[in-house]
Amino acid sequence: MMAGVGGGNDFQWCFSQVKGAIDEDVAEADIISTVEFNYSGELLATGDKGGRVVIFQREQESKNRLLSRGEYNVYSTFQSHEPEFDYLKSLEIEEKINKIRWLPQQNAAHFLLSANDKTIKLWKISERDKRAEGYNLKDEDGRLQDQFRITTLRVPVLMPMDLMVEASPRRIFANAHTYHINSISVNSDYETYLSADDLRINLWHLEITDRSFNIVDIKPANMEELTEVITAAECHPHQCNVFVYSSSKGTIRLCDMRAAALCDRHSKFFEEPEDPSSRSFFSEIISSISDVKFSHSGRYMMTRDYLSVKVWDLNMENRPVETYQVHEYLRSKLCSLYENDCIFDKFECCWNGSDSAIMTGSYNNFFRMFDRNTRRDITLEASRENSKPRAILKPRKVCTGGKRKKDEISVDSLDFNKKILHTAWHPKENVIAVAATNNLYIFQDKMN
Amino acid sequence: MSGEVQASTEEQQEMQDTVVSPEKAEEVKLKARYPHLGTRPGGSDLLRKRLQKGQKYFDSGDYNMAKAKMKNKQLPTAAAEKTEITGDHIPTPQDLPQRKQSLVASKLAF
Repeated sequence: MMAGVGGGNDFQWCFSQVKGAIDEDVAEADIISTVEFNYSGELLATGDKGGRVVIFQREQESKNRLLSRGEYNVYSTFQSHEPEFDYLKSLEIEEKINKIRWLPQQNAAHFLLSANDKTIKLWKISERDKRAEGYNLKDEDGRLQDQFRITTLRVPVLMPMDLMVEASPRRIFANAHTYHINSISVNSDYETYLSADDLRINLWHLEITDRSFNIVDIKPANMEELTEVITAAECHPHQCNVFVYSSSKGTIRLCDMRAAALCDRHSKFFEEPEDPSSRSFFSEIISSISDVKFSHSGRYMMTRDYLSVKVWDLNMENRPVETYQVHEYLRSKLCSLYENDCIFDKFECCWNGSDSAIMTGSYNNFFRMFDRNTRRDITLEASRENSKPRAILKPRKVCTGGKRKKDEISVDSLDFNKKILHTAWHPKENVIAVAATNNLYIFQDKMN
Repeated sequence: MSGEVQASTEEQQEMQDTVVSPEKAEEVKLKARYPHLGTRPGGSDLLRKRLQKGQKYFDSGDYNMAKAKMKNKQLPTAAAEKTEITGDHIPTPQDLPQRKQSLVASKLAF
């Protein structure tokens, strides 16, 4: 049982690091709500329900440390969003960060977009390692000098100082979403990005905050006729005119912005035909797509619904090319999962750098990986019990009935409060970040 | 005699359904607990509940009624519950606990 990029039979995942508090009582604000590597994988950002962003930076690999890659250490942390109350609409706006997306690096500074339910912010994270000394108008402590006491002029000199990482909000994109933002996606033109809420998708220019273009609007004239909502959206990785959005009915629409200003009519419509005789009350709910991600190649896209992950070829609309069962054993538990609201949990999914493997989370702090070439899959657990440095992760197995083998866990013993909704894969290497409620786990492949 | 045969065929069908579709069996369980579920288009209800997340008052009439009610009641001290009926349990804006800025840094940063 193995998974990962072109690994041989020896491929295994090891524990690398865990971040966050150990205490049993998890504060709501500490729950991680998004995880994202930047384009190089050097930086790893997390957002939480308290509206805070923490960025980790990988330390340079030292030649003396043969057995491990660089560790991720805290680089910067800041409060991105605050809770708000919209008095006009009588709406409480959570500060929870729904999504973080990095911009490609163009100069020494790093930029990322962070979004809560209503507002998107562009943050600049820059390093400062020099300080000017020898000002004329103020003294070393910053106090203003009395102008009339200055008799000479000097040129301030730049002196080295301890590295300081500063985060500053450079743009605030507000007031463009009536409903709750579920996705943001940076376009491949590096000039625009899209933001999607339940009923609308807007296109922004990164430099312009006072207006955005509405490119998709599925709000019906009569809200009583509402049958589906937008659940996720993403820009194509190479074609800046193409984007996709998924719906609560399990469909995906691909739109071409060259075709029309308003992309209400899709260019492609992806839907897997359903067997009408197997339809149940739960069918639509579990078919709702919680995440959609293009492959790095741009040729495929992956969707996550409640029980499975599907890979679609963009050239084939009538069915996915691959379907992977994440936790099929939950199909016989749908009644209680509906009652405890777990059936509405939104799991994300991600590709590895070469698109040969995919990963998604499950319950009981389990997460699943599927190797698309070998068709093998593996279930691993993010747990403090398995957190010795470089400890190899043992595959986990859920027993679905009949005799439970040793080391297996039965479906009824699964902890549904331990959900892994957010995972991220390093863009180039076998390093993964897994968010388990308020803890962030980093795993990497075993280096021989 | 034929009645019995018919009954057992139905039973067999039901058993087959349960065996063939665990999902349908779960649906039967759910409908048994909540008989009124799904009598209206369920999709719309769920969707509308999703769109209304965070809504405190339905409209200004709702708000004013809540204000009038609150005059005669003590201020609730507990945090808003998830099952609250909009307008009934919620204090007026003046009484809303001020959401303080998060001064506490994230525990991930240690």
